[in-house]
Amino acid sequence: MPSKVERWKDETYGMEIRDHLERFAEEGFDAIPEDEHDAWFERFKWWGLYHQRKGQESYFMMRIGTPMGRMTPAQLRTVGEVAREYATGPVDNPEFGHAYADFTTRQSIQLHWIKIEDIPDIFDELESAGLSTIQACGDSWRNIVGSPVAGRDADELVDVWPIVEELHDRFKGNDLYTNLPRKWKVAVTGDRRGAGQGDINDLAFEPAVKEIDGDDVAGFNVNVGGGLARKEPRLARSIDVFCRPENAAEVAAGLSGLFRDHGDREDRFNARMKFLVDEWGTEKIRSVLQEEYVDYELPTAGQGLREEYDYNAGRSDAPGDYVGVHDQADGQHFVGLSVLVGRMAAEDVIELADLAEEYDSEMIGLTQRQNVIVGDIADDDLDDFLAESVLEDYSPDPHPFMRGSIACTGTEYCSLSIVETKNRMVRYARWLKENVPVPEGVSDFHIHLSGCTASCAQPQIADISLRGMKTRKDGEAVEAFDVGLGGGLGENPQFADWVEMRVPADEIPGYIANLLEVYEANREGQESFREFVADRDEDELTGLAEPEETSYEDPYLGNTKMTWYPYAEDEEMSASPAPTNASGEPIPTDD
Amino acid sequence: MPTDVHQLDDGAWVSVNDTREVNVSDLWRLAGGGFCSCQLTDFLAEGFVEVGVDGGNVEARIAGQCIQCGASGVTGWLTLGRVDPETGDFRPVVPESVHRPSRRRRGTPTA
Repeated sequence: MPSKVERWKDETYGMEIRDHLERFAEEGFDAIPEDEHDAWFERFKWWGLYHQRKGQESYFMMRIGTPMGRMTPAQLRTVGEVAREYATGPVDNPEFGHAYADFTTRQSIQLHWIKIEDIPDIFDELESAGLSTIQACGDSWRNIVGSPVAGRDADELVDVWPIVEELHDRFKGNDLYTNLPRKWKVAVTGDRRGAGQGDINDLAFEPAVKEIDGDDVAGFNVNVGGGLARKEPRLARSIDVFCRPENAAEVAAGLSGLFRDHGDREDRFNARMKFLVDEWGTEKIRSVLQEEYVDYELPTAGQGLREEYDYNAGRSDAPGDYVGVHDQADGQHFVGLSVLVGRMAAEDVIELADLAEEYDSEMIGLTQRQNVIVGDIADDDLDDFLAESVLEDYSPDPHPFMRGSIACTGTEYCSLSIVETKNRMVRYARWLKENVPVPEGVSDFHIHLSGCTASCAQPQIADISLRGMKTRKDGEAVEAFDVGLGGGLGENPQFADWVEMRVPADEIPGYIANLLEVYEANREGQESFREFVADRDEDELTGLAEPEETSYEDPYLGNTKMTWYPYAEDEEMSASPAPTNASGEPIPTDD
Repeated sequence: MPTDVHQLDDGAWVSVNDTREVNVSDLWRLAGGGFCSCQLTDFLAEGFVEVGVDGGNVEARIAGQCIQCGASGVTGWLTLGRVDPETGDFRPVVPESVHRPSRRRRGTPTA
């Protein structure tokens, strides 16, 4: 029997939701019939709106999908202006203030505290700048990820930007692919860095070369069924298909059509492509694709470039991100700036956009490591650009612990999360910077902190993986983490080994300090941390270091999920002003 | 009026009559020894897998783990609370009280 969500989708889904959204915006939040809340909130996701967690009713997270994280400076300014005007809640965040934008691990932008009454104005502002929230959440083609510097990067095989634009235009707002069994995540990689992180996507185009009719053709190998969620991580698997750039849209249409027609619509927990690949096997996926969904003979896979991949690969001979100054193919430079946990104050977003324009940049990029890139900086301007004051907070040369830290949304807003995340990761990074010596030669050290098993911070592919958990400390329930080590992508992608379970959150910094001391003392030569972990078996990794209380103080150790907002002066659920009206005033209830 | 229940947002919470009532991340005390070998399972709710209504009782099977021994899995059916037949209000149980999961829904026929 189809799931309840499927029944709601059958009634209303896709583009038509927009009319209802605008009607509710006109009439106010309390015009949404109470007995239809769940159905509408599920549908609103398709237009990038996610109802915030318990205690924050009537407020939405809004996700703006930017293909490959790529924008113009003018678009970035629009994001900052929208955040400044509309993404403001009843209480400030103690680390980030009043209004901010989050850059996500899938190169999108998330704004919080959005009221439904403001949505038409926000859509107008975004769309007039060429931005959209369409299909940013929900069961359809999500934001396509890849290297934002495609076409500029001097280190690439294929410029994938025209392909991504084609896919974006074809599969956003397309009735044939509006309603899939679950989300559909696509990565297109044309660079030699592996910056698309295709291994963790439902569909991955990986750069490859194939000899066809005597010619070496640059294109892609096609992998399917990757994903990290629910303690069921899978790497995307090869279906032995090489795809020319001009065939990418047809192959993508075929595979997403196959998923639409054969994915599980009865059990949402079994609905992702990774489970269909588990069930069918890659040979059957390939044969059904060939026989029923494409009109040309699919070539077998070509020669990939995996051995060159260094993005989030844990290599000792190359940084694993885009932070710093890099050469463009045209002789200019792109500059990657570190944005700690991906959150940037709205005023800073605007300032950076203005700065980029001042330097004649035509490209801003958001990376899967939650950082931001400013492209097209002329050689003669580079020193001046690097001396700009905004780069003091968003550095192209950050401390390794600040540079490598990623965190998901967490209990601040998210229903699924078990622990507080972003503010805690900020505090972890600061403490590590002040108290822990950086092992020699380490420029970026990747710590991914995810609030739950949904894995939005991609915890399985980090040097140190932190996944939200609970434990008891002196009999009291406290927020905690399972700790994994040694994950990463690159030539030999591997998920972390989970070695320490249920470590109280206030003992994590001490654990990391002890672990790095062991690493520094026992590594061989310039062995990277990931290589050091790979050289040890599970028994040795467990107990390699001890969790420990230190001078680090954790203000979020109690159950932040029980609060209406973890940083409110009166955090009790009963103190929540939500739901509120267009002016932010509480809507009277019958109680 | 029939009670409408479902789990949403990847099992993050249980809705009763279109109101979010029960969240993941609570700790539940489970007796009966069916989940792990601990005398009393100290169970962290990580996701609601199935939900149902039996009479006025809202029930669910929950994915999660015992934070004492680390055993993970899905519980039997647990009563999350009761819907008042007159007012329709949901009255949740106290998760940290002791609960005994059932292998089948209480109202489910055995054959």
